[in-house]
Amino acid sequence: MKDIAIETHNLTVSYNRRPVLWNIDFKLPVGQIIGIIGPNGSGKTTLLKAIMGLVKSSSGYVKIFDQELEDVRARISYVPQRESVDWDFPASVMDVVLMGRYRSHNLFKRIQQKDRDLAAEALEKVNMLEYSKRQINQLSGGQQQRVFIARSLAQGADLYIMDEPFVGVDAATEEAILKLFAEMKAEGKTVVVVHHDLQTAKDYFDWIVLLNTRMVAAGPKEEIFNQDLLQEAYGGKLDVLSKVGELVRERDFPIREK
Amino acid sequence: MNDTIRFLSFTDPNVRYVVLGTMILGATAAMVGCFSFLRKRALVGDAIAHSILPGVCLSFMISGEKDPLWLILGAIFSGWLSLLMIDGISRTTKLKSDAAIGIVLSVFFGFGILLLTTIQHSGNAAQAGLDKFLFGKAASLTKDDIMIFSGIGVFLILIILLLYKEFKLISFNPEYAKVIGLPVKFLEFLLATITILSVAVGIQAVGVVLMAALLITPASGARFWSDRLGIMIIIACVFGAASGFLGSYVSYIAPAMPTGPWVVMALSVLTIGSIWFAPKRGVFSKWRTFWKNKDQILTENILKLFYHLGEADGNFETARSFQSLMESDRFRAYDLGKGLRKLKKRNLIRKKDAQWFITASGLKEASRIIRLHRLWELYLNQRLKLEPDHVHNDAEAIEHIITPEIEAQLASELDSPTEDPHASKIPYPTQS
Repeated sequence: MKDIAIETHNLTVSYNRRPVLWNIDFKLPVGQIIGIIGPNGSGKTTLLKAIMGLVKSSSGYVKIFDQELEDVRARISYVPQRESVDWDFPASVMDVVLMGRYRSHNLFKRIQQKDRDLAAEALEKVNMLEYSKRQINQLSGGQQQRVFIARSLAQGADLYIMDEPFVGVDAATEEAILKLFAEMKAEGKTVVVVHHDLQTAKDYFDWIVLLNTRMVAAGPKEEIFNQDLLQEAYGGKLDVLSKVGELVRERDFPIREK
Repeated sequence: MNDTIRFLSFTDPNVRYVVLGTMILGATAAMVGCFSFLRKRALVGDAIAHSILPGVCLSFMISGEKDPLWLILGAIFSGWLSLLMIDGISRTTKLKSDAAIGIVLSVFFGFGILLLTTIQHSGNAAQAGLDKFLFGKAASLTKDDIMIFSGIGVFLILIILLLYKEFKLISFNPEYAKVIGLPVKFLEFLLATITILSVAVGIQAVGVVLMAALLITPASGARFWSDRLGIMIIIACVFGAASGFLGSYVSYIAPAMPTGPWVVMALSVLTIGSIWFAPKRGVFSKWRTFWKNKDQILTENILKLFYHLGEADGNFETARSFQSLMESDRFRAYDLGKGLRKLKKRNLIRKKDAQWFITASGLKEASRIIRLHRLWELYLNQRLKLEPDHVHNDAEAIEHIITPEIEAQLASELDSPTEDPHASKIPYPTQS
């Protein structure tokens, strides 16, 4: 693989003392639109959080653009799930998108005109510029999703990590996001998306990671969408693995000897 | 009256200190409390207020005197310890944060009372007035107190102004802040520190038990007036300052009244007033919307009745008596009378010789609603696959809110239909 966007090695992550990801190993290429799919509870969101350093891993590591996470944070952007935020917060659409311009090095500085221009440009890319003054509690689900995406675009990152951006969005938003994917790919950006729907995954993404608590497969979509692999990913949890995971939780056992 | 004039003239330095002190405390606590409110940590302020007591007492026992700076240091120390314990308990044990808050609050406060009682029995003369940390004695604020409050107040305002946008982000979406590399732990540490400072200083005016009010009530009330964070904070500060002023005023006029509780009373009146009367978001405003909707439904249903009667007769121009309208059994007499009067005012119907006629514009409006009703029935029948006898009640409600845009979309999606699922004709506006 030429340029690697994300590499994980032997990544094991626990949630509530229960391992939800076992020894995840993959390399994702730069410049592709990549979908992470798998049944509910397969650890997809946990994988995203481990990549971004929001949860601690019990073993293994993650490298981004072949560097440590802390050195490349400025190049990563995160589009969280809509429900992870209280939309009753007193803020306008523009307020939220401007958050993408905050940096650890401009903590005490005010927002500049350049920041506002970049934010407006990002809003225009998702067709939300006319809503820039609207309160976020007056937006539809799809509009909220687009605001989050605009915030990430305003950041000007190279790697975009999105958690289920297509859940419950209207047709206009779906179109806007797909159009954006095409533009971002043309600009050489990498987009990694946790996706909830197998059917549409075929059309939306170039690369697929099939996940079910363990890696089932990762590769270009033509290689992934075959019966055997899908059956393995969606055909139910590995029974023994689940039982062992339960044991680890019950006995509060360390997943790796230190 | 004389008292009021004397109060407002501020010639009495004691009045000046009390008013200034409570206003500064009220405003700064409100400002800091906005962030606790938005981060859904309202009760942590209460916990901090209770947890500060042992720190203050220990400080006194160690230093032997009532130096405000020492006491505040002690307050900050035990305030911080309690926050760390709350966090530690909720993270490492089965207990959730609400139980953790309750436990830490009571243990610290109990220990504090223990220490306070010990001090009071120790016979140390300097300890007189130490209990103002417990109950607040706004009425006895001195110039030194004001100096300290102002200093700390300015410091708090500065921190919030400098880091305003970061505090906003970590209140809204702390995970995102972490990913893009903001020092979230440091920012949260700073927010906690200024909350503790604000509490340490504020309880000297209103006491431990009422301190939570100073933090949370202004933010809660201000939230009803604005959807913009900046405006909300300013309104909260105004509420905080105003209640300080009013509380001082009341306790001046009626010397038996304690200042602290009256400050909180004033705050509560302002907030409860906001909950009731704030435009758009207040309870009263929601009631008005409810009644407006009811009126709209009533008048539109009456117009529909005229249309139905005209459709059945084959003649829309026929006069209708009040009796014949009541025979439809759709309205109570009081509502029908009220609705007819409203429609007459809008010239959608007219009255002649105790009979009612629908006007041309009334007929146009009635046709519109009928059209929306029948289009919606068709939509439910064809797109949601509902049976024709299941669509009427839905359409009865929805016909009142369909906008012209949705109407156009319905007509085009259903291919400009001429009949609804019950084979009734759908009236379209004739070209004029």
